[in-house]
Amino acid sequence: MAKFQTPLLDQLESGPWPSFVSDIKQEAAARAKNPKGLDYQIPVDAPEDLLGIVELSYRDKETHWKHGGIVGVFGYGGGVIGRYCDRPEEYPGVAHFHTIRVNQPAGKYYTTDFLRQLCDIWDLRGSGILNMHGSTGDIVFLGTQTPQLEEIFWELTHKMNNDLGGSGSNLRTPAACLGQSRCEFACYNTQDICYQLTQDYQDELHRPAFPYKFKFKFDGCPNGCVCAMARSDFAVIGTWKDDIKIDQEKVKAYVAGEFKPNAGAHAGRDWGKFDIQKEVVDLCPTHCMNWDGNKLSIKTADCVRCMHCINTMPRALHIGDERGASILVGAKAPVVEGAQMGSLLIPFIEVKPPYDEIKEVIEKIWDWWMEEGKNRERVGETMKRLSFQTLLEVTEVPAQPQQVRAPRANPFIFFKEDEVPGGWTRDITEFRKRHQR
Amino acid sequence: MAFISTGYNPQKPMEGRISDIGPRKYDEFLPEVIKKNFGKWVYHEILRPGVLVHVAESGDKIYTVRVGGARTMTITHVREICDIADKYCGGHVRWTTRSNIEFLCADEASMEKLCEDLKTRKFDGGSCKFPIGGTGAGVSNMIHTQGWLHCHTPATDSSGPVKCVMDTLFDEFTNMRLPAPVRVSLACCINMCGAVHCSDIGLVGIHRKPPMIDHQWADQLCEIPLAVAACPTAAVRPTKVELNGEKVNSVAVKQDRCMYCGNCYTMCQAMPIADSEGDGIAIMVGGKVSNRISMPKFSKVVVSYIPNEPPRWPTLTKTVKHIVEVYAANANKYERLGDWCERIGWESFFKLTGLEFTHHLIDDFREASYNTWRQSTQFKF
Repeated sequence: MAKFQTPLLDQLESGPWPSFVSDIKQEAAARAKNPKGLDYQIPVDAPEDLLGIVELSYRDKETHWKHGGIVGVFGYGGGVIGRYCDRPEEYPGVAHFHTIRVNQPAGKYYTTDFLRQLCDIWDLRGSGILNMHGSTGDIVFLGTQTPQLEEIFWELTHKMNNDLGGSGSNLRTPAACLGQSRCEFACYNTQDICYQLTQDYQDELHRPAFPYKFKFKFDGCPNGCVCAMARSDFAVIGTWKDDIKIDQEKVKAYVAGEFKPNAGAHAGRDWGKFDIQKEVVDLCPTHCMNWDGNKLSIKTADCVRCMHCINTMPRALHIGDERGASILVGAKAPVVEGAQMGSLLIPFIEVKPPYDEIKEVIEKIWDWWMEEGKNRERVGETMKRLSFQTLLEVTEVPAQPQQVRAPRANPFIFFKEDEVPGGWTRDITEFRKRHQR
Repeated sequence: MAFISTGYNPQKPMEGRISDIGPRKYDEFLPEVIKKNFGKWVYHEILRPGVLVHVAESGDKIYTVRVGGARTMTITHVREICDIADKYCGGHVRWTTRSNIEFLCADEASMEKLCEDLKTRKFDGGSCKFPIGGTGAGVSNMIHTQGWLHCHTPATDSSGPVKCVMDTLFDEFTNMRLPAPVRVSLACCINMCGAVHCSDIGLVGIHRKPPMIDHQWADQLCEIPLAVAACPTAAVRPTKVELNGEKVNSVAVKQDRCMYCGNCYTMCQAMPIADSEGDGIAIMVGGKVSNRISMPKFSKVVVSYIPNEPPRWPTLTKTVKHIVEVYAANANKYERLGDWCERIGWESFFKLTGLEFTHHLIDDFREASYNTWRQSTQFKF
């Protein structure tokens, strides 16, 4: 017998998509049964109280969670977010219901051993409910109490050799696409740089010293599966400089219908016979391709590496060999001044361990932003406030036409005094000798 | 309950402490075939919705079965995933950025057996535990936030509306019959923890009433200057108010300047903003992150407000489904929703979808809004 009637949530158990309500109910049942005979360290009925309070929100159409208090583990300023409900007497199991962010492995591959260990910790010391994964990429434990925080941290570090992720005004847990582990488009090892920079910047990740959050994301190619240029302050996106490699025989095989275009991504509808002219050449954003019925050619100088032709004919076309990445800076979600996309700072940089060249750029940005950024100002907003030119100056990156869609459309140019011969100090008396008042 | 100590001593927190070790290294978790062929994959193919094969230079193959799921899941569910991965995948499994689960099989026969097995697994309530799909020109799993399940600032729930939208779009998850991928996301307030601002269809919780002010608590709970500074439109100012015959420090809100972002509430819990009548969801469309064909772009608001209608959000799901259907019927192959809107023009989008164009949809936030007004005589009737 469920602790609370949940007639509204029960309606979310029907329909084909996996139901979080059914899942939480099965967790509640498992805890009530307690097959392993655990001495649960937080209330056994936490999942039921969670359903109870969410049902209340479904009736009230308002949340019942309060602001986080300051909770955490010793020596860290992030990784734990305090959470309390505003009806603790009725739902004591979730009166204190803190979140713990656990740093996920790059690319989100797991062994079942690792996952089972996580589950065992969370079974004994938490609600048994988690997010796989949070938006930034962490494994998110949802719901435990303050005395368990250090214990969970101890188990994670001592038994699992794994650390917490970031929260607050610090480096947030970096994330990468699966990169070269299973993708032919990856221009560099996204997982490795993600891992290495996470290790190198542990202090920045755990101890908030920034004006606001800062995110790294690593996309292996311009398809952008981990959404780096929309979601990270510092986006590293794979690209290449030389020719797209073409296997002309395989191109012909696509034309002849031997291979499904786009790796079969459109197989669910009859779009007619594959037409290379219409589906590839004509859709090229810079019209840099030509198909003469026998040979496909690409004018590399005009190619912007949008990935469309490669995505459409993955067996015939491959990314070039001179590989690296573009760096775009300043993306963020809308709060507070509106959403921003990352802006191209460095068109091409090599991505090779130990990644010193990239780290140098990062650290120059941090030095500047920590000095100039206002409280709760993302680096993209600092860039807008203090100009792209200032970013170029502090990162010592030269201005390049690739950095803009178009040059400025107004002549209101801020020259520096030393850019103008003679400087700005002039003699009015001398001027008057030439010009009567 | 007896407290079970791990060995941590609160009196001596540094004793035996391990910190700053970061995550485990990714290569510990890779299946053998992936380790062997790392960086040497040559092509892939989607064999059917949700099933991929990747082929390496060596000729080695790896089969992936992608399944959807609620991102909020329980350890009972994760343990079931582990049992499946042990049985068919040598103990390996991964998650995608969009919260899909990917089972990785070394051979085709295991992959087929796995698919048969997954199809039989249902929750007690009847929903699928592991729906196979989310690949190619279809709808993948939704990125979303916490909502009423665990967040203090939401204007709507997350898991609930996501469940309802995915139920409605289920056939597009298990098929690949749309013109291009359609990425749907939901953020339960405009903070957008889920960063849904570049989605083909982005659902965003919005408030519509300025915050209330709890004068009794403002000075005790908040750093008033921080609450003032938090306001992007300078609608919040410090003030003194008379309360029970006493002058207390508090804040005042210039209501017609408020855009209900809730940023002040984040800084000051004496300024609650949630309201059952005020809150709801806006629909944004046409964003994308991929650089394919066209450049990445932001989603645009096409429905300014849909009320919260728990538990099944019928107006929301109907509207989303309708937008997807009109797009599917009209867009060209490879054309993302935003590219289609731009090709036909937004006036045609409203005509084709029948969605009402209201004054709420014209940008009036900051100087950038000018760039969205039409400075031309070129338009369609």
